[in-house]
Amino acid sequence: MTALDPAIYDTGKRPVWCPGCGNYGVLLALRKALAELELKPENVVIVTGIGCHGRISDYMKTNGFHTIHGRVLPLATGIKLANPNLTVIGHSGDGDAYAIGLGHLPHAARRNIDIKLIVHNNMVFGLTTGQVTPTTPLGVKTKSTPFGNPEHPLNPLLLALASGATFVARGFSGEVDHLKELIKRAILHKGFAFIDVLQPCVTFFNTYSILREKVYKLEETGHDVKSLEQAFRRAMETERIPIGVFYEVERPTLEEAFSHAMNPPPALRPLSPPDLTRLLSRFR
Amino acid sequence: MPVENVIDLGLMVAGPAGAGVFASSLLLGKTLMRHGFSVFVTNEYPSLIRGGHQWAQVRAVFGGYSYSHRKTVDAVLALDKFSAEVHIADLKNGGIVVCDEGDAPTQADPRVVAFPLRRIVKEEGGPSVASNTVGVGVLLGALGLRIEIAERVIYDQFRGKKEAAELNARLLRRGFELGRSLELGVRDRVMSLKPAEEGRSLLIDGNSAVALGALSAGLTFFAAYPMTPASPILHFLAEVQRDLGIVVFQPESELAAINMAIGAAYAGARSMVATSGGGFSLMVEALGQAAMTETPILIVEVQRPGPSTGLPTHTAQGDLRFVIHASQGEFPRVVLAPGDPYQAYVLGNVGLNLAWKYQVPVIILSDKYLGESYWTLKDLPQLGVEEGKVSRESVNGTFPRYKLTEDGVSPMVFPGTPGSLVYANTSEHDEYGFGTIDPLKVKAMQEKRFLKLRKLREEAERSGVEVYGDGEVLVVTWGSTKMIVLEALRRISGVGLLQVVWLEPFPKNKVKSAVHGKKILVIENNMTGQLVSLLREHLFLEPADVLLKYDGRQFYPEDVEAWIASHLEAR
Ligand SMILES: Cc1ncc(C[n+]2csc(CCOP(=O)(O)OP(=O)(O)O)c2C)c(N)n1
Ligand code: SF4
Repeated sequence: MTALDPAIYDTGKRPVWCPGCGNYGVLLALRKALAELELKPENVVIVTGIGCHGRISDYMKTNGFHTIHGRVLPLATGIKLANPNLTVIGHSGDGDAYAIGLGHLPHAARRNIDIKLIVHNNMVFGLTTGQVTPTTPLGVKTKSTPFGNPEHPLNPLLLALASGATFVARGFSGEVDHLKELIKRAILHKGFAFIDVLQPCVTFFNTYSILREKVYKLEETGHDVKSLEQAFRRAMETERIPIGVFYEVERPTLEEAFSHAMNPPPALRPLSPPDLTRLLSRFR
Repeated sequence: MPVENVIDLGLMVAGPAGAGVFASSLLLGKTLMRHGFSVFVTNEYPSLIRGGHQWAQVRAVFGGYSYSHRKTVDAVLALDKFSAEVHIADLKNGGIVVCDEGDAPTQADPRVVAFPLRRIVKEEGGPSVASNTVGVGVLLGALGLRIEIAERVIYDQFRGKKEAAELNARLLRRGFELGRSLELGVRDRVMSLKPAEEGRSLLIDGNSAVALGALSAGLTFFAAYPMTPASPILHFLAEVQRDLGIVVFQPESELAAINMAIGAAYAGARSMVATSGGGFSLMVEALGQAAMTETPILIVEVQRPGPSTGLPTHTAQGDLRFVIHASQGEFPRVVLAPGDPYQAYVLGNVGLNLAWKYQVPVIILSDKYLGESYWTLKDLPQLGVEEGKVSRESVNGTFPRYKLTEDGVSPMVFPGTPGSLVYANTSEHDEYGFGTIDPLKVKAMQEKRFLKLRKLREEAERSGVEVYGDGEVLVVTWGSTKMIVLEALRRISGVGLLQVVWLEPFPKNKVKSAVHGKKILVIENNMTGQLVSLLREHLFLEPADVLLKYDGRQFYPEDVEAWIASHLEAR
């Protein structure tokens, strides 16, 4: 294999995550995926939100933008529209993506902008020390729901599918190599790729043992990724939890609609202001 | 030029939404401009009297500049009965209302002249809404304007739609013939004018001008969520994006718009957003992010009255303190307030250049009156582009994006530069962008960002104020209110005008020397005197008096004139 060494993406900083945190698995899978795809660090941009997950950009020796809480998707979209040559990968938490930033997810999905979103879904707020999120199961006691979560959790996969996402997957940070393959496929997918990663927060909501018990791999079941109906059905399963690619189809991307602006793209344009004469004729 | 050589016309078109009020006013305006008049066009919609009613005023001055609207007009083209009745009140002595036979008020009034506007449209086989064009023809005939010039305006407006153009030209001519029998007292003088060289002047609104200014500074990325009165910026740029090869995009919210613009700028695109106060409220969070990540961003805020949804289609200058202080924490920013489309164009250019030169957020504070009104300009100059400290060097590793420098501005590279990695961080960070809580580094970074203020203050002192005229009394104002004051000062001597153009950083010394020893009067289109508060804050200056207006309308120059005059008598 001609793959690069995953270590080239290591900034050498020691993660601040709790020992055993699911974020380590995502970090490992990400580095391996980039290495196997032989992506040059200078052509990759990691955009991260605010939360424990957001620290991942500190540990990735690539370009990075550590943005504000919930705004990973619009920021990543701006980067991609300005320079489609870049591989833009967003990392978000379940609070980041499904609470404060939820408004952006269906739109990124339906507009099929060629960016990747990896959600570290630990079903709890980590960095703010353990409050409820939109994916916390019903009845779970957290710091902000001491009498049990009164809300029904959101199903991110159904949301992504219903929004028209062209690539929808679920990973598990306890299955690093499987997750690596998902990330690789997401990056190779032309369009918006969404991966919800089950990522236990060992400190505030340790779900390792239950997830290990329930998780199974979709690709071992003959699942048809082209079937939206099958994808919906799998996404609704709760007894056992499927991981893998649920859905993958091709559709024109948002950048393609802006092909008029891409030669060269906005970020690479030499500074040459337009000829005003033509623009001004309408005001004469 | 002696006053008797000045021709000063006020025209109004009024009617229900969809009747072509704005189109008629622009047709009149452009025709007058091509005759050599200086033209101003403003509009109001919808009025509070009845849903959907709108009007536009065209003020045209030959032998001088047309700064603003006025209270009264020479002629009203009323496109429905309601307009014919209501706008009689806006007529000057000797003025007339032109309307369709069917719309004449029940009580005969010598000031109302009815014509078979709609019947003519029928005879010419046009759609009934086209009667406004016949009406415009009537006004042209009454004023002694040249039909050929108006026809050329029509053909320019309907470019590519030959049939519609021909029909409208026919309707115009029919009206024109009727109008020749009307007397407005200027026909002979207008007919003797030598028309200007066509295609030289511009009739341009503040919104388009600011967009053109940004384009002239290399704008390549624009994102905006529609909000009146800033939406025309989006419409204009969206229309020209293919010709210019730039990205113009309407995302799901203002939050998305500004974050996209920041992402694009981080990647290397010169980017801008435009909105009104409500949208800016949503952008505030990202304003701080732009400051913290030192990402260049230009924000155009076109004010309307607030709070909340306020008066969507009206005007105000109530957001000054808001934009100066918006966001938590402390960071340098630039706030510029143009007063007319020429300044809007220049500041659009300057604003984008400054954002890149200093890597700070720049806000252009406009308002509905400036954004949606049209003024005549001789032309727009080609302005320069400043790239700022953009480096293309390869550092072989993480680029010190936040390097501590003498002027606080660090060189920037863009992702994709071979060998170099760029790390932007909205949390406090070290020189490489990596998060830090080290008190020494935190302090150094905060000071670095504020170092930029030194040069920015110099720029503010250099170009932060405009002074018009001179006298013992000095009127101080900002934004589009400047045009109203200039109009008011037309007939007053011994009074100067100071327009504060840079509101942040505040051109303290320039203002200080301008106000020295003068009686200071401040005029603002808001309720609390926000510029007054800045004068107090920066100069300990208490003006002699303040005139404020906050009913959603710009001042009438007549009221300003009377107010200033009362202070002259009081001296
Ligand atoms: C606007 C805003 N509101 C609240 C916060 C505080 N905050 C920081 S992280 C966080 C939740 C993070 O949860 P999640 O996205 O699930 O990330 P995790 O820490 O679990 O990885 C919140 C609410 C913030 N930084 N910004
Ligand atoms: S709090 Fe939870 S999510 Fe955050 S680092 Fe610790 S284990 Fe990981």
